[in-house]
Amino acid sequence: MSAILSRRKFITASLATATGVAGVSVAARIADGYGLLAPDHGGIFGAGEALTYGAQRLLMSVHSRAREFGRGDISRVSPVNHAHPRFDPYERLLYNKFADWRFYVDGLVERPAAFSLDDLKRMPSRTQITQLICEEGWSFIAAWTGVPLSHILQLVGAHPSAKWVLFYPFDDFWGSIDMPEALHPQTLLAYGMNGEDLSADHGAPVRLRIPRQLGYKNLKFLARISVTDRLDNVGDGNGSAAPGLGYSWYGGI
Amino acid sequence: MPDSEIRYVQRHSAIVRVTHWINAAGFLALVVSGIAILLAYPRLHWGETGSLGTPSLVDLPLPFVLELGIRGPGRYLHFLAAWVLLFNGSVYLIAGLYTRHFRNELLPRRSDLALRPMLKVIVNHFQGAPEDEIESYNVLQRFFYLGVMFVLIPFMFVSGLAMSPAVTSVIPALVEMLGGHQSARTLHFVAANLLLLFFLVHMTMLFLTGFNSRCRAMITGYLALRKKAR
Repeated sequence: MSAILSRRKFITASLATATGVAGVSVAARIADGYGLLAPDHGGIFGAGEALTYGAQRLLMSVHSRAREFGRGDISRVSPVNHAHPRFDPYERLLYNKFADWRFYVDGLVERPAAFSLDDLKRMPSRTQITQLICEEGWSFIAAWTGVPLSHILQLVGAHPSAKWVLFYPFDDFWGSIDMPEALHPQTLLAYGMNGEDLSADHGAPVRLRIPRQLGYKNLKFLARISVTDRLDNVGDGNGSAAPGLGYSWYGGI
Repeated sequence: MPDSEIRYVQRHSAIVRVTHWINAAGFLALVVSGIAILLAYPRLHWGETGSLGTPSLVDLPLPFVLELGIRGPGRYLHFLAAWVLLFNGSVYLIAGLYTRHFRNELLPRRSDLALRPMLKVIVNHFQGAPEDEIESYNVLQRFFYLGVMFVLIPFMFVSGLAMSPAVTSVIPALVEMLGGHQSARTLHFVAANLLLLFFLVHMTMLFLTGFNSRCRAMITGYLALRKKAR
């Protein structure tokens, strides 16, 4: 009797587990279809990352804006975590005040392009006073000026099937953001900070400024961006260099 | 000692036992990962912003630990554990309402809401585990358990979410009512310390009333009692 019961229990448990696994994989597929699945959803911490990104992305589907502040709130101190690259071609470009620098846009776009810093500065600009929050715990408020990334994507004709924008800086810390974040009005390719040109240590000539995510997603020293519909074939497939260092791809946390 | 002299009292329901241990594991993960996150910048500020080079509320006597191998996984683990606790807590909450666990076993009895019964609980604990607490929680336990479950833990979630720039873009009031981003971080730290304090008292009481028998009760559901000589 007890053998039958335990067999029944075993079968029930197996069925429950199989249903659970199937349910999770179906849920993951549906989430992916709606752009709610983080690229780094695998591994031991993957479930937490998948839930956090999925939930926050859903929450932000109301087109929310990061909090903006007044001129009087701008911090006197604006710390830097990683100083600018000390190697070429970055140092050479910096020496020439980025006159020879070109910002390359390629991937799933109608018209791949290369823009100079002056090209970018002539485009429609936006200045916003927002808080940069470092994952370490500290934060500061500054005014950032730049071109909305959505303007650039429109200019080059990003393909409707595009789901992500990849960012390649002069250092190795590449990354990506999803299309809703890329098209968000507060997402800037920032070349100015507090009324001056962006300093080298703050990411000159251009840094990504996405105030709805933590500091480390606001990539500095940009050289190129690329529009894509998949991330699994880029780098280690986790969407950015951050997961390789132990950090989540999504930085809205 | 013959078996007849031991009686077993059903103490904890299955749902309480299972959620208790998941909660314990999740709490441990949150404490460990929380410390890993804190050590990247062990200074606390009040208000909206704060960094090195600006005055702090307190500089904790702790080292700055900036190794990537500690900070990054700390954050991953913190969020995974928070999700586990959210689901676990929801199961506990719904089951507790359904089985009237809160009303019957955690809401303090009206007769206990006075200074004398509360003092009695404390005095009793210095004279060995009191008989009338075997089948349920005493008034102080009820107060602290309810406070932890319905005030401190929800506040941990609120102050944690208040630090997320994505969440506060949707609900700015979350961070504004706490006095700014750095205030939210500081309050998250303070509330975490209150939870740790509760945990220490919880452990102390466990040892005072019998570590093995109480742990066994939280695993099997039954508390073994030696019958008193009449």
